[in-house]
Amino acid sequence: MRDTEQAPQQAQNPTNFDIHLSGARVAFGGVDIFDDLDLTLRAGSFTCLLGPSGVGKSTLLRFLTGLVEGDVSGNITCSNGGILRNRIAYMAQQDLLLPWRTVRENVELGAVLRGERPDHARAEHLIAEVGLTDAAHLRPAKLSGGMKQRAALARTLMEDRPVVLMDEPFSALDPVNRLRLQELAARVLRGKTVLLVTHDPLEALRLGDHVHVLSGAPATLADAITPDGQSPRNITDPAILAQQAELLRQLGADISTDYGAEAVS
Amino acid sequence: MSLQNNPHPHKKPLTERRWLMLVRPLIIVVALIATWQALVLITGAPKYMLPTPTDVWATLIARHDVLLDHAQYTIAETVIGLFAGAALGTLAAIPMALFSPVRFWLMPILLVSQAIPFFALAPLLVLWLGFGLASKIAMAALIIFFPVTVAFFDGLARTETGWLDLARTMGASRWRLLTHIRLPAALPAFASGFRVATAVAPIGAVIGEWVGSSHGLGYLMLHANARVQIDMVFACLLILCAFSITQYFIVDRILRAALPWQPDSLKPVR
Repeated sequence: MRDTEQAPQQAQNPTNFDIHLSGARVAFGGVDIFDDLDLTLRAGSFTCLLGPSGVGKSTLLRFLTGLVEGDVSGNITCSNGGILRNRIAYMAQQDLLLPWRTVRENVELGAVLRGERPDHARAEHLIAEVGLTDAAHLRPAKLSGGMKQRAALARTLMEDRPVVLMDEPFSALDPVNRLRLQELAARVLRGKTVLLVTHDPLEALRLGDHVHVLSGAPATLADAITPDGQSPRNITDPAILAQQAELLRQLGADISTDYGAEAVS
Repeated sequence: MSLQNNPHPHKKPLTERRWLMLVRPLIIVVALIATWQALVLITGAPKYMLPTPTDVWATLIARHDVLLDHAQYTIAETVIGLFAGAALGTLAAIPMALFSPVRFWLMPILLVSQAIPFFALAPLLVLWLGFGLASKIAMAALIIFFPVTVAFFDGLARTETGWLDLARTMGASRWRLLTHIRLPAALPAFASGFRVATAVAPIGAVIGEWVGSSHGLGYLMLHANARVQIDMVFACLLILCAFSITQYFIVDRILRAALPWQPDSLKPVR
């Protein structure tokens, strides 16, 4: 697969509404993870959420999916009305492919679970888009880690939802596969509203139009950093490296001697 | 993988492993029979205490009509009991996994049922269901109900939460969550319970026959024992062993073929 040679594509149905999260609070066992948190996801933009482990990044993402249960409050509104819950596709750190279904059957899972007839042609197209045509008939056990995440990406795209929530989807991959998947994601998700949780500042700057750092207890959101240009960005660009230093500083790393990459990786 | 280019020289090639798989049980059986024969020769035990393998073999041949006639009852009781128990176990495990009130009410009853010695239940089952097949099928079904229920319930309760979260974001109904995620995910656990059940099912049938019956290998063993026909008792035992092993391997093969995706670290690497 040579994603780098693909021309940038525009999404067929770009998302046309903002999402406003206001006064969000989640507590586990009486301890606030975050309280009175506000966040706006701009229509069709790629937002990244950075933060140290355990700060509540995944909880915030799951809050938006409606999967967090218990001591939860806050408002989620869409600028064009309607509820967010039915408009999201979710991609987790693990591929979450069902081991008894082939790649094609996994990609078509959403339709099957809703009792709809799967659009086989669209599934084939998306499988081809992520470069898995030859593996479409295989079960996940026969795939490499990178292939599994590509299949999971195809399954996410198959949902054709305006909002995509991704929880560290590339963190388990080797560096080369991670770069490839980032390029692929930037291309196929263009035009959709995306929230990506990551612990990698460079990944956030490479893909995100807005990069937020979540820190503290209860966690608070810092103002967004907005890298220039279109994603996927060049990670050797001096401006990107300077912004990486700023993000690392916000994350609490000592960058007086180097970029402090070890401190957060 | 060719034999010449074996990337794992410390591992035996596949054909050699297959050959070993076939020959190994044969070696074990021959060794057991030889030990048995040697034990009789060394101890000088009389035939009415411990017959030799050749005595038992002679009885198997001479009385095969009687043995097979009774064996078919035991086999029928075991197989029907196995499927009845597995069906009941499945029907109990699903609502227990899905509805917590059912779990809270049913789990203590299940545990209490295991505290009752099954041998003590056999006379009651014969009293209630008669001398025929029904009481033995019930006995076999009761014995395997617990391992199937517990294993399947455990599988259903341990469904990967990520799969359930993903399915919920996709808008899955409770029913489709069960049929497309929870049930298939729990099948390997069900298979483990069913394998255990397959091994213990004949015990239930034979206990039932001991307590009250007019047919079956258990009945035949009891009568032969009373008449000091120990070679006949051993012949019955051998048939029971052969049936149990055959049944186990058939079930194991079917389950492996039906669940080719289940993780199995014991599978040979190809």
